[in-house]
Amino acid sequence: MEKFTRVTGIAAPLMKANIDTDVIIPAKRLVGHQRGELGAFAFEAYRYRPDRTDNPDFVLNLARYRGAKILITGEHFGCGSSRESAVWALAGFGFRCVIAPSFGDIFTNNAFQNGMLLIRLPKEQVDRLAAEIESGSTPAMTVDLQSRTVTAPSGAETPFEIDAERRQALLEGRDEIGMTLARDADILAFQERDRAARPWIYQTGQTQVS
Amino acid sequence: MVLQERSLTLFDKVWSSHVVTGLAGGVSLLAIDRHLLHDLEGGASLRRIAERGLKVHNPELTFGVPDHAVATAPDRRADSTPNSSRLLRELKEGSEASEITYFDLGTEGQGIVHVIGPELGLSQPGMTIVCGDSHACTHGGLGALSFGIGATEIMHVLATQTLRQTKPKTMRIALEGKLAPGVAAKDVILATIGRIGTDAGNGHAVEFAGTTIRAMSVDQRLTVCNLSIELGAKIGMIAPDDTAFSYLAGRAYAPKGEMFDRACAHWRTLPSDDDARFDVEHTIDAATIAPQITWGTSPQDVIAVDQRIPDPTRETDPQRRQAMEAALAYMGLTPGEAIEGTPVDWVFVGSCTNGRLSDIREAARVVAGRKVAPNVRAWVVPGSESTQRAAEREGLDKIFLSAGFEWRKAGCSMCAGINGDTVAPGQRSVSTTNRNFVGRQGPNARTHLASPAMAAAAAIAGRIADARKLG
Ligand code: SF4
Repeated sequence: MEKFTRVTGIAAPLMKANIDTDVIIPAKRLVGHQRGELGAFAFEAYRYRPDRTDNPDFVLNLARYRGAKILITGEHFGCGSSRESAVWALAGFGFRCVIAPSFGDIFTNNAFQNGMLLIRLPKEQVDRLAAEIESGSTPAMTVDLQSRTVTAPSGAETPFEIDAERRQALLEGRDEIGMTLARDADILAFQERDRAARPWIYQTGQTQVS
Repeated sequence: MVLQERSLTLFDKVWSSHVVTGLAGGVSLLAIDRHLLHDLEGGASLRRIAERGLKVHNPELTFGVPDHAVATAPDRRADSTPNSSRLLRELKEGSEASEITYFDLGTEGQGIVHVIGPELGLSQPGMTIVCGDSHACTHGGLGALSFGIGATEIMHVLATQTLRQTKPKTMRIALEGKLAPGVAAKDVILATIGRIGTDAGNGHAVEFAGTTIRAMSVDQRLTVCNLSIELGAKIGMIAPDDTAFSYLAGRAYAPKGEMFDRACAHWRTLPSDDDARFDVEHTIDAATIAPQITWGTSPQDVIAVDQRIPDPTRETDPQRRQAMEAALAYMGLTPGEAIEGTPVDWVFVGSCTNGRLSDIREAARVVAGRKVAPNVRAWVVPGSESTQRAAEREGLDKIFLSAGFEWRKAGCSMCAGINGDTVAPGQRSVSTTNRNFVGRQGPNARTHLASPAMAAAAAIAGRIADARKLG
């Protein structure tokens, strides 16, 4: 996966709670499109008018926020469906980092698997960052994973916490499948013990269903 | 070091018995007992790991079924919808190449992945089950630790039969009391979400407990756990008991004979210890719950059918007020009006929430001897081929057909509209599904979530109606 160390860029505020993955990428785009094509459909329902022209009222369409790399948003971002394409759509749109008070649990795992940094901050801090982005002359910020800080346009630094294991994986751009397979002896030993304790789990020879 | 006897929760017991090894930073490598693949990501995931030169680690623990993209017309075939032919072929051929059991169209095993798991006895208490679909939490109704995963995690499970996971916190939701007549499991869970919010379970594994849950059938428990993710919790569980054991006995993939007894002895050790501690506890009086219907675009936007549509101007939190206003505008509803009587265009009975035989019976009870209102299109889409056949053996299909419903083939259908079964823009549907999100049932479709009886009542009345009044 792509490494994440430090990103400087436009930050865009989409201050709404419970933005679900159906809104981030609608289900009908899950078939017939490749991973790399999904950016065009991110936030489709909000982003376009019925004639497919840009909806001028949608915050991510404002000239000021074009090319945003950092998304600031409300509680429980990415709730709902497990579709990893929500992350691919956000990445395709240009985002590398999302800052919110909380995130959907499955979305969180999906984001970190794709080199996208999620930063959880208390709601007051998120609201403050959003307000600063909205009022500042250039809505740009820096997110530094090495030092675990967000630097607002004013230069004020906000520290954030992140799971040590996740941080390391992002910094290194790790391949987790390869790392887990390096422990295959442990997995096989576990299965052997477990097969003796719970044989029915592994006996999937079944009566035939027709 | 003397180890203290600790009181453990159901979740803790299942989690800790599946830890292969602890990794750095509080992450565990968790062994997976069942991996369920469906048509959206299944075939592509098999292809991707083959491209990396990797093999499926435990094909005997992996099962594939087409559901999301399949057509539901009575004469459907694998190539009935433009995308389904490719997705189904990829999953079928990938499964065959990897020696994974595949439940093909036209066989009893086919159906919505979360319906067939329990129905075939593939899902069992104390198992870890994963699926590339967030409603994998459904299988928790049998006491499994089951959750949805994304595409990269699917590949990880295929290649290693494990997942790297951070242990969530625990939450118990105790539902107490006897349900009032006409109140379904769906009403209980919708009311719970309305009460504690759609992000209440975030970061938690939820155990549903209490006298209401103990009195429920397995089908009802599956409905409750199905909406755990709509509470923000990717895991929802219910302690296995005799109700669960007798449900499983004799199912195709459940252990048999002496092995069943052995499994059962293990399953009996799983329920949370009496003095087990949870990080968060909620208690809900379920006896006072009335039939529910959603009014907005989040499952927490829910009221009893006899209540009025809420007024955003009474909301003090500005972000919440804006969200309510946007939801009401999208739904085309007026604050302060009664929700009962709102005209509807579509009724959908089906999905992994309410597509099981007992749900279809509930809807049939309301429909029997009546006619669908002329302004409504109404569908029943059974959750599985075997559910469909069982319902037909009882003659339920006739009840729906003679009322003017369409009786279709098993799949996800209009729940997410991926196969092209969608509600037209601006149309209003009462649906037994689990998500009323913006655009979920099609662009600008307006979805009201409700129980099977409430959906059936809406089809007959042509408007949102109180199923209890229809009897
Ligand atoms: S029925 Fe709906 S919620 Fe269930 S798996 Fe299918 S699309 Fe998902």
